[in-house]
Amino acid sequence: MSKTKVIVGFGTCGLAAGAQAVYDKFKENEKNGYELDITSCMGMCYQEPMVEVRQGDKSYVYGSVNEKVVSKIIDEHLGQGQVVEKNLVLSPDQDTEHKAFIEHQTRFVLRNCGKINPERIDDYIAVGGYESAKKCVTSMKPEEIRQEILDSKLRGRGGAGFPTGAKWNFVADADQKYFICNADEGDPGAFMDRSVLEGDPHAVLEGMIIGSFAIGATEGYIYCRAEYPLAIKRLNIAIARAKEKGFLGKSIFGTGFSLEIKIKEGAGAFVCGEETALMASIEGKRGMPMMRPPFPAVSGLWGKPTIINNVETLASVPKIIEMGAKKYADMGFEKSGGTKVFAVTGKVKRSGLVEVPMGISIKKLLFDIAGGVLDDKEFKAVQLGGPTGGCLPMDMLDTPVDYESLMATGAVVGSGGMVVADQSTCMVDMARYFLSFAQNESCGKCTPCRLGTKRMLEILERITEGKGKEEDIDTLLAMGDKVKKSSLCALGGTAPNPVLTTVRYFKDEYLAHINEKRCPAGVCKELITITIDSKLCTGCEICAKECPQDAIKGERKQPHEIDQDKCIKCRICLGSCPFGAISSE
Amino acid sequence: MEICISHTDKILDKYKGTKGSIIPIMQQVQKAYGFLPEEALQRVSDITGTRMSQLYGIATFYTQFRLKPLGKYTIRVCHGTACHVSGAEMLTEAIENELGVKTGDTTKDLTFSLESVACIGCCSLAPAMTIGEDTYARNTPAKAVKTIKKIAKGDKN
Repeated sequence: MSKTKVIVGFGTCGLAAGAQAVYDKFKENEKNGYELDITSCMGMCYQEPMVEVRQGDKSYVYGSVNEKVVSKIIDEHLGQGQVVEKNLVLSPDQDTEHKAFIEHQTRFVLRNCGKINPERIDDYIAVGGYESAKKCVTSMKPEEIRQEILDSKLRGRGGAGFPTGAKWNFVADADQKYFICNADEGDPGAFMDRSVLEGDPHAVLEGMIIGSFAIGATEGYIYCRAEYPLAIKRLNIAIARAKEKGFLGKSIFGTGFSLEIKIKEGAGAFVCGEETALMASIEGKRGMPMMRPPFPAVSGLWGKPTIINNVETLASVPKIIEMGAKKYADMGFEKSGGTKVFAVTGKVKRSGLVEVPMGISIKKLLFDIAGGVLDDKEFKAVQLGGPTGGCLPMDMLDTPVDYESLMATGAVVGSGGMVVADQSTCMVDMARYFLSFAQNESCGKCTPCRLGTKRMLEILERITEGKGKEEDIDTLLAMGDKVKKSSLCALGGTAPNPVLTTVRYFKDEYLAHINEKRCPAGVCKELITITIDSKLCTGCEICAKECPQDAIKGERKQPHEIDQDKCIKCRICLGSCPFGAISSE
Repeated sequence: MEICISHTDKILDKYKGTKGSIIPIMQQVQKAYGFLPEEALQRVSDITGTRMSQLYGIATFYTQFRLKPLGKYTIRVCHGTACHVSGAEMLTEAIENELGVKTGDTTKDLTFSLESVACIGCCSLAPAMTIGEDTYARNTPAKAVKTIKKIAKGDKN
């Protein structure tokens, strides 16, 4: 029997939750006869830090592991063969409540994330890595590869959903062409690209090798956010190892094909995710979008034909070549082939990365896989597709996840962020938040985006402060429409979406703010009063200690009161009360 | 403020003749000094032939660049969507109260700088913040203030 392996999840999320201490504790005891290794994010972020115990072909996964749990795993599981029930997330011997999270997924892009050590190229090769690149470079013609990708119905996973094969076919003839991987994942609420870069960097490189060969590019760039230091580190390791093996550099696989890949770090500008802005940034300029046409495929980086694909798109490519276009297309829905990874967060029970075939319903994704709303509270909305996506209410959740169906609702697939909101989220405030994000990140080049978003934001701020006017809603709709139609790039073109969808589906809340000067969710500061219910208050004084204003007074073990003159409505006390005695209305 | 210009020269040497290297050069300069000192930018301008106005344009366009020195520890409170619905604003408010500075400022003793970031990709562990290189997950206002107090105390000793 092979040696027992203990594998600790070392993604950014795992490390943030304390994976390093867990690893160190296992390291201290390594002489106990197990082999210690790392992997990346397994996608079950809500259970981080995670540890997998692999014994032969059996795999036991533990969640919420801390140093105490490590000792238990060593003593009970590894010592006596008794699983640590309390922290067990997945087991081959019994069902757990978490099984549904994995069971209903189709892990295709995330196939290796949380399974292999991303810093070891041999792990990737052992699961068939670089076979597809070899097949393409040594035995396929570029046009055959482009046709295969076109037939697979793979569409750009960065947001726009443009067919990848068609994009590759547009490349103009030139002496020099470039291939860029867009890893500038700027959407708040989306982290699948980070996870793939950290967990399976070689799959992205292999996708780039295949893509570059298919379009005849000899130089490649990966434009990655500087906020993702671990992803950059693992990419650097991956590039170095791939070069040593002859998969990158000169005469790849012994053929005449050469490819150099460099990493460019972003410097913190959301708009650089837009492809023309991204190229300007690589050239060392301010990252501002340009008019298209000419499209990058004709005139891109330094005026040369350039193809830009997203991380998730590229990570799909090797596997499509391996399994064949038809099989991949069949996995999907109508015009969209394959799977899409969604980052499910917010007020949801099981947050993390969920990969599903295109076309399943949002409801199935949120309730069957992600387990529904946190603490069994009432569902209010799901925000889809990043800060410029849309908010959908409960009765729209039967919509299938695919580009066309979501577009019809006013939301977008976008990069695949899904943020769940319960009744404690104010939809007007949510719209204000997203618009302020877009406004802040607007590069300022075109007027509709620069000024339009600003004026819309001012109206929303007014409404949340209780100074809204009846005609405001119509003004927002009219302006939103104009900004969408006349902005230069997709940032302005989608920025009004959160406002337009919240007005469409949650108009009541807008009206409550405007007409009744009331925030139904109890969020908007100018419209709420925070009070303590004297019947429920036990006088434990926890809230009084947390209050930054010293606004809560009372005798110990007696009901407390809030001094409304001092209260700044920060709502810190609300979360601190163990008895639910504090409310905001 | 006196700076040692040789750091800048070393960086400029490294990127000599590489096209599109202005942003990496500025990133390295910032790494060396903690911010972009005017003297260093002047040297970059002289050697690369990029005008100061262009450098200033780049420095103010990208949020990563700063023209003023930072505190010893930079606290970045994540204001991504997931963090926003999980109470990032309360977190920022509590930290602002604790440090007595607003977001974007640095404490007088140059110990802490407080910033807000769009998203650090730890959405499922919201609300999140980073202090220096470390990420702190699942914060409450009280927990965040405690973390900061602990760092401040450790720093004094």
